[in-house]
Parts: sequence; structure tokens; C-alpha cells
Amino acid sequence: MSLESFRACIGRASEPVKNEIEKGAIRKFAEAIGDPNPLYRDEAAAGGRLVAPPTFSRTLDYGRVPGLELPRAGLIHAGQEFEYFRPIYSGDVLYCHTRLVDVFEKQGKLGRMVFLVFEMEARDQDGNPVVRQKSTVICREAGD
Amino acid sequence: MASVRRFQVGDVLGPLVRPPVTKTQLVMYSGASGDFNPIHTVDEYAREAGLGGVIAHGMLTMAFVGQLLTETAGAGGALKRFGVRFVEMVRPGDTIVCEGRVTGVAEQGGQQVVTCDVWAAIEGSGKHAVIGQAVFTAPLQEEETPSQEDGP
Repeated sequence: MSLESFRACIGRASEPVKNEIEKGAIRKFAEAIGDPNPLYRDEAAAGGRLVAPPTFSRTLDYGRVPGLELPRAGLIHAGQEFEYFRPIYSGDVLYCHTRLVDVFEKQGKLGRMVFLVFEMEARDQDGNPVVRQKSTVICREAGD
Repeated sequence: MASVRRFQVGDVLGPLVRPPVTKTQLVMYSGASGDFNPIHTVDEYAREAGLGGVIAHGMLTMAFVGQLLTETAGAGGALKRFGVRFVEMVRPGDTIVCEGRVTGVAEQGGQQVVTCDVWAAIEGSGKHAVIGQAVFTAPLQEEETPSQEDGP
């Protein structure tokens, strides 16, 4: 996609996607990052439900921005921000969406690079925000 | 039971020294995160992409810094904000050292609100893989068993 067709997608958001937070997914994530915190593994230690590690929410399904086509292999993660309203627990049902909020171009070491900025949000069933994210990715394969 | 830590501007957080990143860990993180970009798992692919071999997911290094923050805030604390920039690639064999420095402390609602700079260094390289900022709360006083927030 060209810079202009990326820019045409600014402001568009995905349809919210229902994500059910599973114990096994939290345990597997904690294992992968090698964090021994018992709150991520042991329900008794966690006081009932497992707690998800602070970066876990990046792995949820936020859906796709309509009309936006991303070359998966050409993407580089440049920045990531989280704003937490409460922890995520196993058993949570979260509705997640993503919105393209900015597109800009920079000249870098690897040549011309297109930066895409997404704002992502996970809400509970009552519509309360649980975590907000801002994610900046560099698209290396952007056409002219 | 350990006494409550009172944070002050200039306090050093960490270091948290992680075991060296392994290719197996990158496969595990791909599976756990759903990020199956082959630049993290297939050496041939990563070399063709000009990376010289597989590189770690930026989010894996960020998770290491997340561990530093949750361990620092403690059971009675909570992470409020956490942001990083990914500035250097991490490769299998790299040892990541996570550290931070307190830049601000406020008291609010009976809690300490701590603002800090955080970073993850690649040991022996003199380079940072990620740099960022975070805000977390920590108790001012000894708490009973931390209670879990009510879910929906």
C-alpha cells in the first residue's frame, strides 16, 4: 500500500473482537517470558483467578482496520505503550478494537520508512476500559 | 514479612539479569503471543531479510522490563503506565539486564505513585535494547494479604 492509501485509513477502527481470557494462555505466556511470578500460574496464590503479566494484552485479537493491508513480514515494532485501568484476570471476557490514528514518513538508515500508529483498547462486558495501548510499527515494504 | 519500601527520586530499580535469550524461547514466545513472523524463528528467512539471523520479539524484551516493574511494585502495588521504544535488536545468546531509576514520587490516596525511567541493556554490548518510562503505585503502609480487585 502507498503512503496515501495508508493515510486514507486514519481514523478507521476495527469491529470489537470478543476475547475470552484463558488460564492456559496466561500460564503459557508466563512460561515463554520466563517470569516466575506465582500470580501468573497458581490460582491459590492469585486469590482465585490468575493475573495476566503486564504485556499479555498485546497478544489479544483486536481485529483489522477495514481497508488496511499490512505486509506481516515487513513490519518492525518501534514503540509500545500501555495504560492500565485494572489487571486482566483469567475468566475475563474482553472486547478489543484497534484504530489507526497516525501515519507518517521518515528517512532512516534503511531508506524511506512509513510509521503507522495504532491505538488499541480492551473493554470489559460493561464497556469499562481495562487496558489501552499505543503501538507504533514501521512498514519497510511500503510502495510509492 | 518484608517492610514496605519507600521510594525516593534517584533510587535505582533492579538490576534484573535474565538468563540468555534462546531460540527455544523465541519459538515459545511466538506460540504464546501468536506472533509467527518468521524473522523470530527461521534463520534462513531472517538472513534473507537482511537481519543476519533470527531476532527476538521486541515484546519479549519489554516483558522482561515488565517483570522488573511488577517485582519492584510488589504484591500491594500496581502498574499504571508502561511505555518503551525498541532501539536495538536482541539475538539468541544475548543476556538482558533490566534496570530503572525513579524520577518522581507522589503520595495519593494512601499510596506512593512512582514515576521512573526504565531500560533493558544487552550485556557486554554497551547498548540498550529498549528504553522507556513507567508509572506504578506501591503501598505506603504494610498491607494484609492483597485483595483481588472485583472483576466484571
